[in-house]
Amino acid sequence: MANTEIMTLNMGPQHPSTHGVLRLVVELDGEVIQSITPHIGYLHRGVEKLSEYRTYHQTIPLTDRLDYLAPMHNNLGYVLAVEKLLDLEVPERAQTVRVIMAELTRIMSHLVWLACHALDIGAMTVFIYAFREREAIMNIYEKISGARMTTNYFRVGGLSKDVYDGFEADVRKIIDTFPSYFDQYEGLLTKNTIWLQRTVGNGVISAEDAIDFGITGPALRGSGVDWDLRRDNPYSGYEKYTFTVPTGKNCDTYDRYKVRFIEMREAVKIVRQALDSLKPGPVIADAPQVCYPPKEAVYNTIEGLIHHFKIASEGFPVPEGEVYQGVENPKGELGYYIVSDGSAKPYRMRIRPPSFVNLGAMEKMCKGAMIADLIAVIGTLDIVLGEIDR
Amino acid sequence: MADMAENNRAVVKLREKYAASILDVKEFRGEVTVTVKKEDIVALCRFLKTELSYNLLTDVTAVDYLGQEPRFLVVYNLYSIPNKDRLRVKAPVSEADCAIDTVSVVWQTANWLEREAYDLFGIVFRNHPDLRRIMMTDDWVGHPLRKDYPLQGPGREPYKGRLS
Repeated sequence: MANTEIMTLNMGPQHPSTHGVLRLVVELDGEVIQSITPHIGYLHRGVEKLSEYRTYHQTIPLTDRLDYLAPMHNNLGYVLAVEKLLDLEVPERAQTVRVIMAELTRIMSHLVWLACHALDIGAMTVFIYAFREREAIMNIYEKISGARMTTNYFRVGGLSKDVYDGFEADVRKIIDTFPSYFDQYEGLLTKNTIWLQRTVGNGVISAEDAIDFGITGPALRGSGVDWDLRRDNPYSGYEKYTFTVPTGKNCDTYDRYKVRFIEMREAVKIVRQALDSLKPGPVIADAPQVCYPPKEAVYNTIEGLIHHFKIASEGFPVPEGEVYQGVENPKGELGYYIVSDGSAKPYRMRIRPPSFVNLGAMEKMCKGAMIADLIAVIGTLDIVLGEIDR
Repeated sequence: MADMAENNRAVVKLREKYAASILDVKEFRGEVTVTVKKEDIVALCRFLKTELSYNLLTDVTAVDYLGQEPRFLVVYNLYSIPNKDRLRVKAPVSEADCAIDTVSVVWQTANWLEREAYDLFGIVFRNHPDLRRIMMTDDWVGHPLRKDYPLQGPGREPYKGRLS
């Protein structure tokens, strides 16, 4: 008998396959994983603490720095929570544009997931393709908000400004071309023997365990749980769109891969429906106590300037109470729990991070597997450290 | 409004079974919050999970009401995947006895979420399998999300450049 001992291996915090600054201390018996101790917090910026010292509008730019691969979703969850506190009705056009941007964001986030996941397992071509196509959505981001990642486009009550001329043509081009790109990626992976060997039967977690560990989003649906907040607790007008919620059967990395692919195709369908229903109208609620005035008024009238200055510097008081708003982020359920004491700043703002909770199940999914499987599990959980550490 | 909260399916059942533990029931913007005694939190959570199918523990966190007694409220956001509804359970924790039983025996999710609440608020979760700091380093002093913890961190002058 050969002499065996448990080896402790440190991975990260600077390791390309940990998708950021995640550090894992792995106990190995040969190549077999005995235990994993994740160390997080390297990117902790104290967003929850900071928001207690800022007005409600000043917190919006902090939120798109959480899950920086899906910034619009983070903005959306936050503004919806504040609007719920205020009991504020958002105009239909703003809601529809929010849905279009949210679903484009889902495609963008899933493209990054696909690119990095495939790269980790050794399929480099997909990485190049996916990042190339992601650029088209990035360009829309840039045109609509002026930034590629830190968008800060939504406002409490609506949008910061209406969409640019040519927005509809740009979006239509994406929904017309992207399905064929998805076919290309699937052609590279779905029946690829190496891909199948690395993903089928990898990171299996049963539906009961997945719920017990609080996994949400595509990772939960990959385990066969038919649950999607967009359909089951709709927000921002999602009840108007028809789409299917994909689920997996075998609870493994391959099924989660397929679920995310169908989600991208469904996102295209939602964008198409939203775009067809987009009608002219106001993009911000008629609530001057809360909403910024239009930019023309700020630059051309003294009343508009004063109004803008008051909202920007003092903020607005929010009724006393507490709300929780969850949205279906590409990674899972992103929630904002806000406690208001009636002042212009949140008394407490809690972010329920999907990646953080999903990461908690990693040891369960990897125990007894090989070290190489761990890389595939990190990829399939689709974590983003900006949101885990907040 | 109060009637709406009283007609909530969870509140009706909890009133039958755990009437003595309920301190308060509130409804705001369609969300029901039940405040309960911290001694009964595990039994009550187990009941909510097994009998009322609140199978997903969405979130565990805390709120610091500095200057009030009890100082902390531990907040559990629950979701029922079969019934698609939410319930919020809160339990007061005083500063003098800053501890509550862990619900990680009911939902595994609580393991990391309670570690975070312990790290950032200093609330001890009794019988927790692995109660270590999670965001801050192991040798960190203080709990950053407490209201008496300075925004700029310990031992530094507050930044005076802006008013808000």
